[in-house]
Amino acid sequence: MNRAVVRLPETFKLGEVIEVTAMASHPMETGYRTGDDGRIVPRHILSELRCDFDGQLVFRMELSPAITANPWVAFPLRVDRAGLLSLTWTDDRGQAFREQIPLQPR
Amino acid sequence: MSRRRWMLQTAPLLVLGPLAHRSVIAQPDAAAVRLNAALQAFSQGRPITAAQDRLSIEIDALVENGNSVPVRIRAVSPMTPEDHVQRMLLLAPRNPQPQVALFHLGPYSGRAEVATRFRMAESQTLIALAAHSDGRIFRAQAEVIVTLAACLEN
Repeated sequence: MNRAVVRLPETFKLGEVIEVTAMASHPMETGYRTGDDGRIVPRHILSELRCDFDGQLVFRMELSPAITANPWVAFPLRVDRAGLLSLTWTDDRGQAFREQIPLQPR
Repeated sequence: MSRRRWMLQTAPLLVLGPLAHRSVIAQPDAAAVRLNAALQAFSQGRPITAAQDRLSIEIDALVENGNSVPVRIRAVSPMTPEDHVQRMLLLAPRNPQPQVALFHLGPYSGRAEVATRFRMAESQTLIALAAHSDGRIFRAQAEVIVTLAACLEN
């Protein structure tokens, strides 16, 4: 089961640009590695992270095998209203999982 | 060794030597080919301007562990609806696959700045590109030495 941790500043004002950091649990198997049985371990990576805020796409990252295991990313977001922040990771087998956090500027 | 035997043994080298050398030169550098393809896919034929003052790669010049290298890419942009960075690309040309990550941003980002952690197969010069909404593409480079490279084989 995939797990993800999303971190935000404790408080932020309306209109402030914040940095969202997110880490998902995933092996990010490159497809270049040989396993104990001498065979290539098949590639299995998270290939996309998309972030929607209040229903609007605000950030997207296309990941490659070069991204570390348990991919970590930091990206900016201008919080111009209250709304739901939704991060969706999708792997190269079409499996997706989501983490949602309500944003409430003060 | 008789003179005749010496001639017999070295003659093939004299003939094949230059040919072998030529075949090595004619071999296209696979990494260069992959890098050009990645640059072309990002720029779609638009000119790329080297501009370290418009785009920067923040990374340690000496990295101990190639399995997890922190990097931050920062572009100069007001990030308004009229003038903003749309895409940022990080390339590690000497990795098996040059593309590390492609980031899509917009005016709602507020800042043109992203950070991640990635793997480096060997010491190399990293390349970052930023595509602005007006069509301009800027390029920055950073040379990084890796003491312990990310293991590809195991």
